[in-house]
Amino acid sequence: MDKMPKWADVILTPLISLLLAMIISALVILAIGESPTMALKTMVDGALGSSYGWGFTLYYTTNFIFTGLAVAVAYHASLFNIGGEGQAMVGGLGVALVCLALPWPHWGIALPAAMVGAALFGAAWALIPAYLQAKRGSHIVITTIMFNFIAAALLNYVLVNLLRPVGSMDPASARFPEGTHLPALTDMAAALGMEWGRNTPVNITFFIAIVACVLVWLLIWRTRLGYEIRAFGRSEPAAMYAGISPVRITVIAMLISGGLAGLMAINNVMGESERLVLNAVEGAGFIGIAVALMGRNHPFGVFLAALLFGFLYQGGGELALWTSIPRELIIVIQALVILFTGALDNMVRMPLERLFLAMRKRGDA
Amino acid sequence: MAAAAQQTGGRPDTAAPYAIELRGISKAFGPVQANKDIDLRVRKGTIHGIIGENGAGKSTLMSILYGFYKPDRGEILVNGQPITIADSQTAIRAGIGMVFQHFKLVQNFTVLENIILGAEDGGLLRPSLTKARGVLKQLAQEYQLNVDPDETIDELSVGHQQRVEILKALYRQADILILDEPTGVLTPAEADHLFRILEGLKAEGKTIILITHKLREIMEITDSVSVMRRGQMVASVETDGTSPEELAELMVGRKVLLNVEKAPPQPGAPVLEVRDLKLVDDEGVERLRGVSFDIRAGEILGIAGVSGNGQTQLLELLGGFPEKGAKVSGSIRMNGQELDLTGTKSDAATRRARGIGHVPEDRQSEGLIMDFAAWENVAFGYHHAPEYNRGLLMDNAAIRRDAERKMEHFDVRPRNPNLAARNFSGGNQQKIVVAREIERNPDLLLVGQPTRGVDIGAIEFIHKRIVELRDSGKAVLLVSVELDEILSLSDRVAVIFDGRIMGERLPDQTTTGELGLLMAGVTDTDHHDAEDGIPPAHAHVDEQPKEPR
Repeated sequence: MDKMPKWADVILTPLISLLLAMIISALVILAIGESPTMALKTMVDGALGSSYGWGFTLYYTTNFIFTGLAVAVAYHASLFNIGGEGQAMVGGLGVALVCLALPWPHWGIALPAAMVGAALFGAAWALIPAYLQAKRGSHIVITTIMFNFIAAALLNYVLVNLLRPVGSMDPASARFPEGTHLPALTDMAAALGMEWGRNTPVNITFFIAIVACVLVWLLIWRTRLGYEIRAFGRSEPAAMYAGISPVRITVIAMLISGGLAGLMAINNVMGESERLVLNAVEGAGFIGIAVALMGRNHPFGVFLAALLFGFLYQGGGELALWTSIPRELIIVIQALVILFTGALDNMVRMPLERLFLAMRKRGDA
Repeated sequence: MAAAAQQTGGRPDTAAPYAIELRGISKAFGPVQANKDIDLRVRKGTIHGIIGENGAGKSTLMSILYGFYKPDRGEILVNGQPITIADSQTAIRAGIGMVFQHFKLVQNFTVLENIILGAEDGGLLRPSLTKARGVLKQLAQEYQLNVDPDETIDELSVGHQQRVEILKALYRQADILILDEPTGVLTPAEADHLFRILEGLKAEGKTIILITHKLREIMEITDSVSVMRRGQMVASVETDGTSPEELAELMVGRKVLLNVEKAPPQPGAPVLEVRDLKLVDDEGVERLRGVSFDIRAGEILGIAGVSGNGQTQLLELLGGFPEKGAKVSGSIRMNGQELDLTGTKSDAATRRARGIGHVPEDRQSEGLIMDFAAWENVAFGYHHAPEYNRGLLMDNAAIRRDAERKMEHFDVRPRNPNLAARNFSGGNQQKIVVAREIERNPDLLLVGQPTRGVDIGAIEFIHKRIVELRDSGKAVLLVSVELDEILSLSDRVAVIFDGRIMGERLPDQTTTGELGLLMAGVTDTDHHDAEDGIPPAHAHVDEQPKEPR
């Protein structure tokens, strides 16, 4: 018997957690002598109050959807992929190599090719930790963390020594050719005769991210592979009993996870900066962990959580811009949200469960 | 201790107060009424049995007594004194000790360390250890509770681990000892020894509450017995005045066939031919040392043995999932064709395709995904079957329909395919597994501990289905630690000890005694060793993984 209705489990609990995080954040802002209501207003106005704000919020959301899905897929196989950051970095390298390889005539051709590059490179970066876990029992958390550092060092080397255009002082690749520039949402709105979000980075990748959500949902809950991934994640002995190979599932789940993280590069490298720069991922790989945690590893949950973190990112930037609240405080707020929705989940869940049980008992009597 | 029992005398109707008296205990978990108006009286210095099917509320009641749950209503009296048991510490102070079905011991602590754990006298360990050593010595002499105090738990056999649990309770000066299904993991000889210990405790005036589902044990050792059914206490009787048949009927609420009715076997061609099967696990321990046997169509071969003598490895190997790193040799032929033992075609999926169904020993960690809904579990292992799939995607509607049908066939309750497996009772979980495997109509069915933790009503049902499968001309390999089950189901019985088949017997031409000796590794030639009835400690291969012999 489930302890409480599903809506309470997936919607009410995170909402209450979020509320608690907001209350504590408000107290912190009060403590440094600022007005919490002003701060909230600044954040909401800045992130959601205009199409300009939305344009940035959705751009960040797109990043977080990919990294969140990456964590979620691995999580279903009981694998904690901390390496989204590195996989997204290397995915960026894949995008850059594809985009710079040919004088692409049109983005419609460049995009699928770049997606393949991004996913392949991201997956390849996840393959080694996956293999080590499956065959040698090296813990995936440790190896994926180490691979984040290796990825950073690799990119440093590649950008400085190989991809940097001759004469440039900037550790970045050359600009991608015109034919690889993805349409921004602004352009797409303009084509429909609307003026929306001028000068914002959100681009067609946002829709790819939504499609990815649907595909991941199908994969996990509608395919044999997803069934095997979930079964393996819940019980390895049972998986063995059913003839599911742990090695195969570990490797495949991590390849998919890495591929999804790599795909994030379509948004930030190909869609936004249009060249490969150092530290292009900017921590989105780690935010993905919080997003998956809060979204309870369900693609729809990941979408909502990514939206929330997109809002926090953009709203936080606005806060630093327009108020005297220091930039560091935004990190505090984000940390509180992660703490309450992720780590302290049971603190809210258990009293709620008891409440629902008590209510049901009264209903029966 | 017992002599010091206070005669509070508040109530004139009782000459001697009961060691335990429960009045009107009720406990509900959400909508489930686990205990309803339970009255129970346990006389001082007696052995009182509590029987009931799984989910009848026995464990809940005992957990209330031990302070794990708070009753919604009702009164508890210990030695005539009303008492509120808020936690296990209160229970211990009141003189109640509990031996759980799953031992609560720290595996890499010594016996002594386990015994003082939670009962240390101060910040320093040494004084407590010295004191415990003395007490232990005394207890060991008094009650035949011999264990080496400096051995670590993982070096001990299951029977000895249980003794440590009992010692733990006695060290805390328990006067009332509750044992939850204590014989589930023991050989007949070990169980006999345990009963002798219990008799000794009783002679010293201790009160013992024995929770079990084995009617034979109730009849053998208890003075009085209470029967629970669906959260209620349906009867409390003197053991002398009742019979197993009556108790079974009280438990289930209807007449039960204690013995399986089956026609004589009509064996056909050999289905499974196992030759010289050897398995060395990754720690270098030989788990199987050359096992050979045949099973014919229309025949049930029972493998009897104390758990940990290679049965698990045999089943897993036949089922296609031997432990990681195990080295395997020998040959298995299925319907005359050699099976791949080590290569890429040795996995469980291939074995299923060859017509081998498998009801695994551990349904909770192997046979089912506990978090999956019942309908998802019905496809488990067969999820590649064409009828469960439509192109790239799984046909969830078809699986759900099939699940509903199978749940109806096997009378799984509640008949709700959307309920997660963990929310079914043990018996119904097992029915889901058995339904999944039998309804596939396998040529060979491997069955491990089919009725472990399963209630009597479901046992009868599962046994009947296994016999039906055999009657339809299929082969069955039955592994069970319950001798009664082996004897009543099997057409032939093979006894396994230390990775070897010690001998084969026909169930109607052998006795529990003879099988018990074989299970302890005693063959006809060294019969005299066995008078003690205690199998050597090395019978428990599981507990001594580090010594390749």
